[in-house]
Amino acid sequence: MSALHKEPNYMMVFFALFVLTVLEIGAIYLPIGRVGVAILLILLALSKASLVAMYFMHLKFEKRTLGIIALTPLILCTLLIIALLPDLTGTPRDSSRLRAEQAGVPAAGEMQ
Amino acid sequence: MSPVSAHVHAIEPAESPLTPESWGKLGMWIFLAGDAMSFGGLLAGYGALRAGATDWPNPLEVLGINLTAFMTFLLICSSVTMVKALSAIRHGNQQRLRNFLLLTILGGLTFLGLQAYEWTHLITAQQVTFTSNPYGNYLFGTTFFVITGFHGAHVTGGVIYLSLILLNSLRGRYSAEHYSTVENAGLYWHFVDLVWILVFTFVYLIK
Repeated sequence: MSALHKEPNYMMVFFALFVLTVLEIGAIYLPIGRVGVAILLILLALSKASLVAMYFMHLKFEKRTLGIIALTPLILCTLLIIALLPDLTGTPRDSSRLRAEQAGVPAAGEMQ
Repeated sequence: MSPVSAHVHAIEPAESPLTPESWGKLGMWIFLAGDAMSFGGLLAGYGALRAGATDWPNPLEVLGINLTAFMTFLLICSSVTMVKALSAIRHGNQQRLRNFLLLTILGGLTFLGLQAYEWTHLITAQQVTFTSNPYGNYLFGTTFFVITGFHGAHVTGGVIYLSLILLNSLRGRYSAEHYSTVENAGLYWHFVDLVWILVFTFVYLIK
């Protein structure tokens, strides 16, 4: 049994998470463009997630190797997104066209 | 040291090298890493489907952001009560452990109730289903129900898990020396909170 590590101030962490959530809601209305807002929202979400992992899940007080295990899914998901990038930049999919094709009906603008 | 314990010690060390307290905690972390892969795959797939679609509805106009912002707040609160429950038993306070566990369970149940309300409203009033919706791409509904449903199933599992811990605490199973089971349940609960933070951002907030 290891000695108790000093407990972080959980109420401060809670307050930080609360403030970050309020900032997220506010960020929706910022006039900085769709991509700018998305990047800001992802950064805010990742900082909230790290606060939970570091202080509530006590990752800050564990061995570094455990942190690497915890980070592995994030690294793999980043690689997955990079692998998906060629698909993301390909032809856009329009669901109404897709369904029309499935039903055997040519969508508007086709078969001219 | 007795011959028996020396023999056991030779087979496996009593303490895990990564989490000095217990092997169970290391097991929980590895389970959570695998679970994070499931959620990561779902969210990455969601991103790919959404980025490739031209007629994706604006979530801010379809989904109730105020309600889900409150649900986010609720999960954060339940994470605090969970960590307080662990802190209580580490100091040997059984009654505080039970009170905080009960609060955490109530937080989870309220979250599930609000999610049920949200789903019902979406399906009946807004006609958003698994295969169609009046706002645009049908995959909007499919991915929404799959991702929030998968998370909701995790919350349900967490509520059952924590209820079992609460039952055990009523039997006096935990003390200042034996709290690792509470700690592992807490890790699971915080992870569900962590994932919701990401789901909230990707599914509800990003337009």
